[in-house]
Amino acid sequence: MQAAPSPPATEAVPAEAPEFEIRPRSGWVAIDFKELMHYRELLYFLTWRDVKVRYKQTVLGFAWAIIQPVMTVIIQTVIFGTVAGFASRLPQELKDRHIPYSLFNYAGVLAWTLFATGVGSGGTSLMNQQNLLTKIYFPRLFVPTSVIAAAMVDTLISLAMFFVLMACYRVVPPWTIVLIPALLLMTALAAMGMAYVMASLTVTYRDFRFLLPFMVSTWMAISPVGYPLDPHRQWIRWLLRLNPMYGIINAFRSALLKQHWDFPGLAIAIAEVGAILVFGLYYFKKTERRFADIA
Amino acid sequence: MSTAISIDGISKCYQIGLKAEKYLTLRDTIMSAIKSPFRRLAGLRGDGPQEGMFWALKDISFDVGRGEVMGIIGRNGAGKSTLLKILSRITEPTEGRAKLKGRVASLLEVGTGFHPELTGRENVYLNGAIMGMRKAEIDRKFDEIVAFAETEKFLDTPVKRYSSGMYVRLAFAVAAHLEPEILIVDEVLAVGDQEFQKKCLGRMQQVAQGDGRTVLFVSHNMGAVRNLCDRAVYLRNGEVDQIGETDSVVDAYLNSTISAEESDLLKRPRFPGFLHTLAKFTVIPPAGKARVVAGGQATFEFELDVKEPVHNACLGFMFNSDKGYRVLGLNSRLELRGVTLEPGRRTVRCKVDSLPLKPGRYVMDIEIRSNARPYDYVEHASVVDIEFDDFYGTGEMLWNYEGSVLHRATWEF
Repeated sequence: MQAAPSPPATEAVPAEAPEFEIRPRSGWVAIDFKELMHYRELLYFLTWRDVKVRYKQTVLGFAWAIIQPVMTVIIQTVIFGTVAGFASRLPQELKDRHIPYSLFNYAGVLAWTLFATGVGSGGTSLMNQQNLLTKIYFPRLFVPTSVIAAAMVDTLISLAMFFVLMACYRVVPPWTIVLIPALLLMTALAAMGMAYVMASLTVTYRDFRFLLPFMVSTWMAISPVGYPLDPHRQWIRWLLRLNPMYGIINAFRSALLKQHWDFPGLAIAIAEVGAILVFGLYYFKKTERRFADIA
Repeated sequence: MSTAISIDGISKCYQIGLKAEKYLTLRDTIMSAIKSPFRRLAGLRGDGPQEGMFWALKDISFDVGRGEVMGIIGRNGAGKSTLLKILSRITEPTEGRAKLKGRVASLLEVGTGFHPELTGRENVYLNGAIMGMRKAEIDRKFDEIVAFAETEKFLDTPVKRYSSGMYVRLAFAVAAHLEPEILIVDEVLAVGDQEFQKKCLGRMQQVAQGDGRTVLFVSHNMGAVRNLCDRAVYLRNGEVDQIGETDSVVDAYLNSTISAEESDLLKRPRFPGFLHTLAKFTVIPPAGKARVVAGGQATFEFELDVKEPVHNACLGFMFNSDKGYRVLGLNSRLELRGVTLEPGRRTVRCKVDSLPLKPGRYVMDIEIRSNARPYDYVEHASVVDIEFDDFYGTGEMLWNYEGSVLHRATWEF
């Protein structure tokens, strides 16, 4: 391809230097998308750092990204599936198609791990990187975001293992797997919204550092991660649907394993993820200006 | 000359609790929420809200011209770093505003964001990106950065295995290759060996003069300030005390009347078994001067709280450089052999006519021995700042690698 013609030589106009003003702000601070775009490569580098550092100085290295989800599923299949007997309580439609419990469990673990890691590590990310907050300016939003982006990398590897396991069981994936990227994005957005709030809270009130693990494990208990949460009473189901992860995990199972779609649950989840994300961004931007003073 | 930075009435207020304790707990907030109606009431009556507030900066205003190198000097806690943090957009001012024209890069710490597990190469990219460089820009300058840092051989080694010197060199090299219109530098040159410091100063000079960039430079090193800066600001207790030509501002700073430095030693931790006898340490500059200068006279005053007679005693104190080397020791044993200390409060003075130490900050260890055995010992008892003075009459001063002790000599060529 021909190189683009160079612009005609004109008087060199001195590029107008960017000018900005520093002043106290209060209330709602808009998100500066132009700035986020300018720094976008930093988001990539921070993510790349998190991924890279995680498996440094380990013998197995990146293999841990594969071993971890596989081990989790094996252990949960034994404990939840066999010992606790959830395997026998799989939805009838899955049993009819001979879907093993391990796949059912894996689909839940996949979605949940992305969310829980995102909220857990994202929620402490600002606190753990105080030195960055107090020594240099860059969009602080990237600190928790990059943690979730790194968790997404692990999730994609885990997803690849899911398909390997599917092939082992000779289960043919349905066409609905094309929806998986959208569901992964939705999970990540939910994790981001929560992580923005928790990271802002943790950097201000260190109490949340201790509350966060309880919050995540309690949340897991009301989400259908290792077991089918399909109550017969309608009102309990509506209650469970208030948890966005209920809708998301069920949607993962529907897309991957053809479990029947719980559309009301998914619709509620989509609305809630939107609300969580907007509130997360709002709260983060509102408290952001204090981070350097209290970190 | 057009203006690059214009600062207009900047103030910064910290809540003491925030700054001192570093973080709040939920309990504090709940308690203050409970109390706040009363506080609001007190505020309305006009006798409330000022408590617990600390003004780190008060109504700072000045302009910096394009291509100018401006030094910011002042004692610790004068607000220098707070000002730099505001101008770097790390924190917001409480009041006032500032306008900056051009791309700003700030270097408040060497190697911000360096990750010990990553290799030198990886850290150059990470650090560059954190400082606002594009990947393409780092690619382009990579070889230059590595050459400047002189760490070619270790590029693929994790930086946690670097010597501290190598680490600093690599980190500064990245920063030195930023191409901002405005460069904000905190005291980062205090680290690294002298030769590299010279290289960094040279680079900064080039940035300022050659490329016409604006530099804001905080330092305790008055030699560097005099060398580099066109103008200087002297901050004192969060306010502008002086602004103008570098030399006159630096002189004003050095001569400013500050009370002699003193430290209460009785409460300082000791090894078990020592009787807390050293009570207070004061450095007294020569009459008519405000500070101790290199090669100048100084008096060191010790207050002792002697609880029992101490026989065959001596008192000594040692100067440690900021690198941790013990560079000078003075001890009464050398002049007086042993003395007997009777119980009671007493003051011991040690006068030195010419303190042969180069400018810098020294950490003092103080000890009392009895019968050659340690009797009381306070490590890092106090800090003594020795300021630059034209000891040799040529304006020259020892470089770090040449040593720390000043001595005049006669040369023949």
